[in-house]
Amino acid sequence: MAEKLRRLWQFIRRLSGDDAYERYLKHCATHHLGDINPPLSKKAYFKQRLEAKWSGINRCC
Amino acid sequence: MSLIMVQLRFTPLLIPMNKSFTTPLLWLLVATIGAAAVGGIALNRGESINALWFIIAALCCYALAYRFYAAWIASTVLMVDETRATPAERLENGHDFIPTDRWVVFGHHFAAIAGPGPLVGPTLAAQFGFLPGTLWILVGAVLGGCVQDMVTLFFSTRRNGKSLGQMARDELGIMGGVAALIGTFTIMVILIAVLGLVVVNAMKHSPWATFTVSATLPIAMLVGVYMRHLRPGQVLEASTVGVILLLIAVAGGGWVDGNPALRAWFDMDGLSLAWCIMAYGLAAAVMPVWLLLAPRDYLSTFMKLGTISLLAIALVLLHPDIKMPALTPFVDGSGPIFGGKLFPFVFITIACGAISGFHSLVASGTTPKLLANERDIRMIGYGAMLLESFVAIMAMIAATVLDPGVFFAINSPAGMVGAEAAQAVAKITAWGFPVSVGQMQRLAQQMGEATLFARTGGAPSLAVGMASIFGSVFGESLLALWYHFAIMFEAIFILTTLDAGTRVGRFMLQDMLGNIWPKMADTSWTPSVLITSTVVVACWGYFLYIGVIDPNGGVNILWPLFGIANQMLAAIALCVATGILVKSGRLRYAWITAAPLSWLIIVTGTAAYEKLTSSDLRVGFFAAAHDLSDKLAAGLLPAAKAAIAPQLIFNLYLDAYLTLFFVTVLLLVVLDMLKVSANSLLGRPVQPLSEVPHTPNRMTEQQLAQWGRD
Repeated sequence: MAEKLRRLWQFIRRLSGDDAYERYLKHCATHHLGDINPPLSKKAYFKQRLEAKWSGINRCC
Repeated sequence: MSLIMVQLRFTPLLIPMNKSFTTPLLWLLVATIGAAAVGGIALNRGESINALWFIIAALCCYALAYRFYAAWIASTVLMVDETRATPAERLENGHDFIPTDRWVVFGHHFAAIAGPGPLVGPTLAAQFGFLPGTLWILVGAVLGGCVQDMVTLFFSTRRNGKSLGQMARDELGIMGGVAALIGTFTIMVILIAVLGLVVVNAMKHSPWATFTVSATLPIAMLVGVYMRHLRPGQVLEASTVGVILLLIAVAGGGWVDGNPALRAWFDMDGLSLAWCIMAYGLAAAVMPVWLLLAPRDYLSTFMKLGTISLLAIALVLLHPDIKMPALTPFVDGSGPIFGGKLFPFVFITIACGAISGFHSLVASGTTPKLLANERDIRMIGYGAMLLESFVAIMAMIAATVLDPGVFFAINSPAGMVGAEAAQAVAKITAWGFPVSVGQMQRLAQQMGEATLFARTGGAPSLAVGMASIFGSVFGESLLALWYHFAIMFEAIFILTTLDAGTRVGRFMLQDMLGNIWPKMADTSWTPSVLITSTVVVACWGYFLYIGVIDPNGGVNILWPLFGIANQMLAAIALCVATGILVKSGRLRYAWITAAPLSWLIIVTGTAAYEKLTSSDLRVGFFAAAHDLSDKLAAGLLPAAKAAIAPQLIFNLYLDAYLTLFFVTVLLLVVLDMLKVSANSLLGRPVQPLSEVPHTPNRMTEQQLAQWGRD
């Protein structure tokens, strides 16, 4: 039960983008991007994500 | 939060099933129940029919279509290849190209495609009775809308997530690209105007609704500051705070409504509200996204998923009887909500929920950049549209469980039934839908409103329907709260569409002007931002203004115009898909997109023809313009109407030429597609397919399992 709840919580965090920064850090670590330029701060990361999200059509009727 | 899970649990039938469930016998059972339910709905005459049949019919249709038709298209026609690397995998950059869990992509895609359209369209189309709209929502979605979304998503995925306009240019030629661009811009303008009108009509002289909707702005800004500065990126925390504040704002509206001094502040007429919305649209378009648009979008998405789930649960628990007849006398074109016969106007009125061209822009933008594997295309492209179609079915139920007399009293404009309550009820009762002044007064009082007469646009009647459903299940005493909750819920995502649309329109305009003067394309140069935002707001503001001053209720003009524009965009997307199918040697399967395309050409063409040539004053633009000019010249108009008549006449001409323009653009794209197809079949040179070559998928099954795969 506890495991199920934990997975549900994880799913909700994933769906809402709550864990996006953690995944970004993981991505940087696994792809060794940090070797060239260090990962963005949490604030800067969300800023960039927001701008990317709202520069195109992502809501319709 | 668990509402999201409930929401997704609608679709267990849509998940590719394990072997034990796919026994032919079971599918035979689904088919039989589905056929019985659809048959029961279609052949029912006279006796009351239960809403549960609509839900059963819809779920059975969707399950069969998803299991057989969608699966066949994916495997045989598109030849979805799960060994092929998707753009998200090949171009992964941690920002826009990110391989993502398919349920998460499904959630994002659904949140992007499902706006207020599937709620408003079916409500308006209910004037023909429950049957035509319901059948079109089911058939249109399964054979048209879902196919359009899925093939567009597929073709865009194979082209690194290119936009529809870019694909049209690459595959059909410059004409297709330009048409898609212009189509997108005009549809945006008309969509925003009509949605603005829906909100204005919901807030007109309703201090409660006006307060609640206004309160959503500071709440969103608070959430924005929280997410940006106080606790960056804590999306769930901030959204929870926001949702709680929104619910407080709904209750607070009731308190404002009861306080005579505050009440006057929020008691506004239509025109003032329209100006407020324009001012707001301009402010929202130039304000940074993090402050208003992004946080409000989070709130509206949570509200949307939560409320739709709640509605589904309430409908199943309550399973109310449908009170609207299967067909009303208004199929002859005399309907009070909008003029025009059943054919073609039911197919124009219900765009979202059956087939919506706008979806092809989302399916060719953000979504293809997130797909972890091509095999998710069926679930996301086809499945998400099925869910939207289900939302449209629920809106149809919510409209038709009302007493038909009440439904028409709320939705008929004053120009149609008269401004006096007694006059209106007499007229509606004479149509065969009995209703009384007392009944309407009682209802308005229960909902916490001064009056519910002539609240056109669909939102108030949907809110009354939802409030009575929620009220019966979760407690009658809270009817007024439920009503204003429903209004807030509709307004919040209408406003999101409004600012997101204005922003996109601004970007498109900046891009276009950038070709003439490169400085204009700089999206952070303030003069350019201000000028282009003002132009976009002026464009939709004009239609909104005319819609508000038109005594016949602008919905009668604007909604069909929006429907025609949206179906035109769908036809362009289907042209692109058909062209690609023919060019890639799949002529024998091209009917999957050519059939819905042909239907759209017939429907849009007929509707446009009637809009231009009909002598019915409520249908034909030219007829109405001539009639009004003649009356104005002869001095037959009352002073108030004579003052606005020149504006109305100008607008009718403008609408007529706009319709003509849409049809011409559509025909040019279709001809372009036919030319490319014919050349390809005859072996003449055509634009080459722009598909990206096959790269093997490097993700192991284990990695895919990590993305939440079964």
